[in-house]
Amino acid sequence: MKAKIIITPKKAVLDPQGKTVQGALAHMGYEGIGAVHVGKYIEIELQPGAAPADAEARLHEACRRFLSNPVIEDYKLEVIA
Amino acid sequence: MQFAVLQFPASNCDQDCVHAVRVAGHSASLVWHKETTLGGADAVIVPGGFSYGDYLRCGAIARFSPVMQAVKAFAEAGGLVLGICNGFQILCEAGLLPGALIRNRDLQFHCEQVFLRTANPATPFTSRIPAGRILRIPIAHGEGCYFADDATLSRLQARGQVLWQYADARGEVTEAANPNGSLLNIAGIANEAFNVAGLMPHPDRASEDVLGSTDGRWIFESMVAALEDRRRAVA
Repeated sequence: MKAKIIITPKKAVLDPQGKTVQGALAHMGYEGIGAVHVGKYIEIELQPGAAPADAEARLHEACRRFLSNPVIEDYKLEVIA
Repeated sequence: MQFAVLQFPASNCDQDCVHAVRVAGHSASLVWHKETTLGGADAVIVPGGFSYGDYLRCGAIARFSPVMQAVKAFAEAGGLVLGICNGFQILCEAGLLPGALIRNRDLQFHCEQVFLRTANPATPFTSRIPAGRILRIPIAHGEGCYFADDATLSRLQARGQVLWQYADARGEVTEAANPNGSLLNIAGIANEAFNVAGLMPHPDRASEDVLGSTDGRWIFESMVAALEDRRRAVA
């Protein structure tokens, strides 16, 4: 079982990395590129035996308290058996 | 007055802060991040650096260290806490100050002198700054762009919690004087109770003539004056 967590900057937050990547893609000739958002991907391996619902609830808490900063970031959590 | 200067793995301005406090005529001691008490200090400085490598986000790991639990209790009891640079980031992550510090808008690390306008001179961190004096203090950071949502920004302004703003040499708060994209040119803020403050510029690096500026000393002196006032009030 593992958890996949994707953390992205909130839309209202300045994202200079995303802007720079967007500019570079356009510069390289890639057409049709809109806004780019650069975030983080965290993969957590879960030890066997944990109840998936339990693990998911605890990971949501960890995402809110530590893995993401709710002031500036959104997160998506997926637990895969 | 006795200052506690926190020391995390990869703090790198801890000794600077101790030195700055001592040259100003006060005492300071280092408190290791695993400590659970602050040794009876009168005030706390959370210094600059790259605590715990700044992995995940700046200050995100440091906020859970044992010593930060002591700092939270100290702050909740009204103790004076000043966060400088990484220390500011840690205090925001810990929820002791509102908002967050994100990557500079130009993605570059800025190491340069800036000018600061004191937006609220009547606080424990600013009272000794001569009226109208524009501070010249260096910055050294890659993630110093202050962000908070609109409601938080309005509250900060309405309550006078914005302490310092990036300005030009004449004290004009302009876009050109903003080194990192901080909203409202915010360089430093205080909490609602005005006993916790943080700023990205380094007063510790502007506290002796040999460093080119002594303007940072006014901030430490303001804290000392506030502590002395409290002692007199109790006595």
